[in-house]
Amino acid sequence: MIEAEGLTKVFRDKKRVEVRAVDGVSFRVEPGQIYGLLGANGAGKTTTLRLLATLLKPTSGAATVAGFDVVRQAHEVRKQVGFLAASTALYGRLTARETITYFGRLNGLGDPEIAVRTRRLTEELDMGEFIDRRTDKFSTGMKQKVSIARTLIHDPAVMIFDEPTLGLDVLAARTIVRFIRDCRERGKTVIYSTHVMSEVEKLCDVIGIVHGGRIRAEGTLDALRARFGQRDMEEIFVAAVGGESALARQDVPPATTR
Amino acid sequence: MNWNQIRTVYGKEMRDALRDRRTLLSMLLVPALVIPGIMFAFTAVSLKVVKKAAEETPAVMIIGPGNSEPLQKALAGSPKLRLVPAASDYAQQISDKRIRAAVEIPPGFEADLAANSIATVKIYTYEGEMKSSFAAGEIDRILREFREAAVTRKLGERGLNASFVRPFEIKRQNVAPPEKVGGNLFGGFVPYLLIILSVVGAMYPAIDLTAGEKERGTMETILCSPVGRVELVLGKFLTVLTISLSTVVTSITSMALSAVGLVHLFAGKVGAGAKAVNAATGQQLPMVDPVGVLGVMVMVLPLAVVFSALLFSVSLFAKSHKEAQTYASPILFLTILPAMAAMLPGVELNAKLALIPVLNVSLIGKEMVSGSFRYDMMALIFGSSCLYGAAALAVAVRLFNRESVLFRT
Ligand SMILES: Nc1ncnc2c1ncn2[C@@H]1O[C@H](COP(=O)(O)OP(=O)(O)O)[C@@H](O)[C@H]1O
Ligand SMILES: [Mg+2]
Repeated sequence: MIEAEGLTKVFRDKKRVEVRAVDGVSFRVEPGQIYGLLGANGAGKTTTLRLLATLLKPTSGAATVAGFDVVRQAHEVRKQVGFLAASTALYGRLTARETITYFGRLNGLGDPEIAVRTRRLTEELDMGEFIDRRTDKFSTGMKQKVSIARTLIHDPAVMIFDEPTLGLDVLAARTIVRFIRDCRERGKTVIYSTHVMSEVEKLCDVIGIVHGGRIRAEGTLDALRARFGQRDMEEIFVAAVGGESALARQDVPPATTR
Repeated sequence: MNWNQIRTVYGKEMRDALRDRRTLLSMLLVPALVIPGIMFAFTAVSLKVVKKAAEETPAVMIIGPGNSEPLQKALAGSPKLRLVPAASDYAQQISDKRIRAAVEIPPGFEADLAANSIATVKIYTYEGEMKSSFAAGEIDRILREFREAAVTRKLGERGLNASFVRPFEIKRQNVAPPEKVGGNLFGGFVPYLLIILSVVGAMYPAIDLTAGEKERGTMETILCSPVGRVELVLGKFLTVLTISLSTVVTSITSMALSAVGLVHLFAGKVGAGAKAVNAATGQQLPMVDPVGVLGVMVMVLPLAVVFSALLFSVSLFAKSHKEAQTYASPILFLTILPAMAAMLPGVELNAKLALIPVLNVSLIGKEMVSGSFRYDMMALIFGSSCLYGAAALAVAVRLFNRESVLFRT
């Protein structure tokens, strides 16, 4: 379960100008649900997910993850979360197994337990061939599998994915999509960001369209279709953010809209 | 504090670092190959220079050789001098190193000697030039002997004993142990070297474990795991410290082994060379107290903590190796300055200086290497260094909690 209430994050850029990267965002994700944050570059997706993963502290507002407060119980939150992003690379000089073991230990698991779970993950993700090789020579798809295993080793209740299919080929992207579905099947709470319209259509139970740090529209795919009178996700998205002209202006600091 | 997590982070970082060719290069290869290489080359070259200087019979000119037949004979009798005919451009010849020295016997020297009026014999040398000072030393010796003989002869003519002008002898006896003598000459260099090595050894890992981690995009991976920030910093910091101290230990071991090897290799030559140098400079070759060196290594330990933590904090600000290096180089500079100040003659340790980091360890190290141990000062310095180390470490932990540092754009 994830609950965000008026979540806000203000950065100061190099000229000390305030940037409202996330501006009063509220939403709720239930276990066994996939919530999709859909937005263009700079919309505030990464910042929102970093706030949930306790990498950043909110300027105002609050959020709980698996019942723990992201500010006051950050340590507990991190134990409940698997966070996967383009910015969470692997240690190139470690082997896949060493990487998984390292994160298992940091999560407080004992070595026998880690061994059992690693064996199962190796099978599920088909990593047998390269589990004992250094990750720096891996293809993007292989790296992605190891990263998934790294996020799953402590069997977290909440999964946070920041544009997980970015830069992957079709095959690797499909593996990821399948894996995110699996997480839902296992009853995990999943939040997920992307700018790929087709992915949200296929995958998400609830979609939140973000722009300028705010959620402009939210609901199931059917509800959004009904509300905007469009079938195509792209059309819905453009309508939700206020037309193509608004999209073109997305670099304008969101602070002005407050 | 979760020691298990610290151990986990430390174990992973050490393994990671030891698989990095650049860490191994700076930690093992440089001390194991470069240091002996430099020492070998330096010894070989300096031995050659000393030997050549000692072997060459310096050319010396007598100006006015006719002014004293006996003195001219005495000079010509020395096997250590080669006399060349007088010329008026002797000063130029000395500068050009065609001759090494010149001695001027004034006109009427013999007459003055007989009449008991004081004549002056001048020696022309090139100050600071080893071969010139060898030659001048020999001329000086011969002139003194000649003067002694003249005095004795004159006293004899008047029926007096030599003790008439030399009622007593003066003898200077050195009571400082030989280490102490070497300590002043060479001892300042040992702590300096240890301190510099500890900074240089910490530099690469400190950068790699912070800015390097940002550059490779693994910083977020580790930050979103449930490892505590204190544990993460300590695990990483201990890795930096381990590598820094390993660099110091491998370097010192390598130096000691090279020194032993060099003595064996140049056994005969070192003896001859050293004797020549001692004769020329009147000083003893450096000797160091091995217990003192070990003691200095202990004193450098908290200092290495300060550097490791400092480099660690500074590099954390950077986004890349390259940027971190520009931040870290001033720190290297900051440590070299006080370490060098300690080598200046006349800078003596007192309670105030004992609180200045780097300088304090350099100064006490100089004394320790020469075999003198002032335990109150050592305690003060070790204690203050530990405090600085703890402070630097606290800063590093604070920075690791600052998102503006970790997520600098
Ligand atoms: N650490 C930071 N410091 C300053 N500004 C930031 C920082 N991180 C993100 N921003 C700004 O916040 C806004 C939202 O960024 P982000 O959350 O990365 O968007 P998205 O992931 O949707 O592309 C952007 O304008 C970005 O420039
Ligand atoms: Mg993003």
